[in-house]
Amino acid sequence: MKPRVAFFDFASCEGCQLQVANLEETLLDVLALVDVVSFREIMKEHSDDYDIAFIEGSIARRMDEERLKKIRERAKLLIAFGACAHLGGVQRLGNRWSPGENKRIVYDGADPHDIGDANPFFEQPRHRAVDEVVPVDCVIPGCPVNRDEFARVLVALLTGNKPPIPDYPVCVECKKKENVCLFTVGKVCMGPVTRAGCGAACPTFGNECEACRGYISHPHEQAQTDVLVKYGLSPDEIVSRKTLFTSRYLEGGKTA
Amino acid sequence: MSDIKIHVEHVTRVEGHGNIIFNTRNGTIEQVQWQVSEAPRFFESFVRGRPYHELSHITSRICGICSIGHALASLKATEAAFGVVASEQTRILRRLALHAENLQSHILHVGYLVAPDLLGVGSVLPLVRSHPDAVRTVVGLHRLANEMSDLLCGRTTHPISLVPGGFSAIPTARSLAEMRQRLLDAVPCAASIAQLVLDNAGALPVFTRETEHIALVADGEYAIYDGVIGSTDTGRHAVADYESIVNEFVVHYSTAKFTRHHRDSYMVGALARFNLSSHLLRPLARQWAERFGLRAVCNNPFMNNVAQMVEFLHSLEDAVVLIDELLGKGLDPGEAPAKVRVKAGRGIGAVEVPRGLLIHDYTYDEDGHCVRANCVIPTNQNHHNINRDLAAFAPTLLQKPEAEIERNLEMLVRAYDPCISCSTHYLTVRFVR
Repeated sequence: MKPRVAFFDFASCEGCQLQVANLEETLLDVLALVDVVSFREIMKEHSDDYDIAFIEGSIARRMDEERLKKIRERAKLLIAFGACAHLGGVQRLGNRWSPGENKRIVYDGADPHDIGDANPFFEQPRHRAVDEVVPVDCVIPGCPVNRDEFARVLVALLTGNKPPIPDYPVCVECKKKENVCLFTVGKVCMGPVTRAGCGAACPTFGNECEACRGYISHPHEQAQTDVLVKYGLSPDEIVSRKTLFTSRYLEGGKTA
Repeated sequence: MSDIKIHVEHVTRVEGHGNIIFNTRNGTIEQVQWQVSEAPRFFESFVRGRPYHELSHITSRICGICSIGHALASLKATEAAFGVVASEQTRILRRLALHAENLQSHILHVGYLVAPDLLGVGSVLPLVRSHPDAVRTVVGLHRLANEMSDLLCGRTTHPISLVPGGFSAIPTARSLAEMRQRLLDAVPCAASIAQLVLDNAGALPVFTRETEHIALVADGEYAIYDGVIGSTDTGRHAVADYESIVNEFVVHYSTAKFTRHHRDSYMVGALARFNLSSHLLRPLARQWAERFGLRAVCNNPFMNNVAQMVEFLHSLEDAVVLIDELLGKGLDPGEAPAKVRVKAGRGIGAVEVPRGLLIHDYTYDEDGHCVRANCVIPTNQNHHNINRDLAAFAPTLLQKPEAEIERNLEMLVRAYDPCISCSTHYLTVRFVR
């Protein structure tokens, strides 16, 4: 019997699940290897009997936490899929304020009773990564995930191999592409501490790496700070680079 | 008559989480409601304090499907706040990027999400076996649209090279010429999918409810990037007056905000754009609109699916015209983005994205840090209209079996191609009979 695969989404843009559809013809090959039994974004059919669960999105409310725990009980393998599930996503930046303050800003003018914590839709603790709520077997990083990496990881999981997620920095891939280093053209970059696997996508198109894939296992964080200082960034500018996708590390949360 | 209780929790084949609740007692409808349960992410709150150059990269993350549109609305708002004027080349390249996104999103919706309703199955997966050629054609068109996004933006989802003032990397003239040929080659493929939709259009329910349609409008072009706000009820309005058009409000059953203007609710999206600007469509798109019997002003929300197919053809044709214009003038592959000088101020950016009118409105301090943000999402603007349509459509379905009622209500929601993550910056059907 083919392994049964399910996709679930929590607080996210669903852009990572879209990368599965974006495999195009390769998706048809993937479908020959697995049975997709739940994927709300593209199918009506749903089954609670699955082997591998891919989780996209950060975990915010009690109702989301309970849903995730049920999925964990049912799945043999649970995969944190993309930066929201891996790190908490850009929305983790909202954890700087109290939930009440965030609601006051966004739902300005609403009846406080309607959007209070007693309403489960609006109950709002904090945006967290999946492994802060349940154990995770594997992480596919990125905002969005790289679709070729997703296919490689899926094949590794199906064949009982270790998922091929690099543990070297983006700089390695950037050099292989013979890109001009952004530091030499008046820009800055988080590539030296960020996990590779994206093919240095942003620097290749003239934009600084924003660390959406999180840091490598042993990042030289102080050296990175020193380099950013050397290239003229103010403390505030350095903090903004270190928080866009990676504020989790500064919150002292365990790293995945 | 038995009581109906339908609760479709998490409507499928839509982006995000929403519910449909439908209850009857003794043959009378007690409740029909569209609920949005998506977890809010509070973008407008957490962008406060972030530097201007991050804003388009953060807000593109509102939506995985229309990330290009969010990035462009964001850049237009930032540029307006600082008085930055992007070049004509940038304007054309940005319109091409919007066409790439429209092509990608519309074929995803019509080919992957709606086609199963037209052909009576639960998802595109069984169609791989029953309609292999059509599925391969859809996949090929989807890939082409994504590769067009890759070419213009550096990536399919969450654009890289769209930056304040212009582009951080510009495609080569040669790659644009190759893309032009591929777009032309795709026309017969797109026509074959339009024919498949036309052959099965009988599966679309006939339902009409008069409503207001709102979209950007411009003189001389089918507006997507530039223009003013147009309404089928009230005419033209300046983008600066958007707050008096959208009138956002909060209801307890939705984490997405609702909007209303001249009537109780209004509609945005492909059908609204068609209703306001059909005379400006490119010729092949106009021909197909006629074949589908789609005429402005159309008040059948199910025809939004057809309007998307018509727009797909328009985007192919218009993109070819735009590439010709760029190459005819001589492309400058080394053009640097327009210089940005930060200052305190407010800017508003409006664009048309696949699901309709999108507005970003930012206020910056003198250091270029965002102090206030408001994003008005197309699906937000449609939620209230969906609710009003459900209320009018549901009574026509009471004689049908429960599964049929549920299928029809879901099809209505799906016709809007709602993007719920985006709108809370959330969809589920709950039947309570």
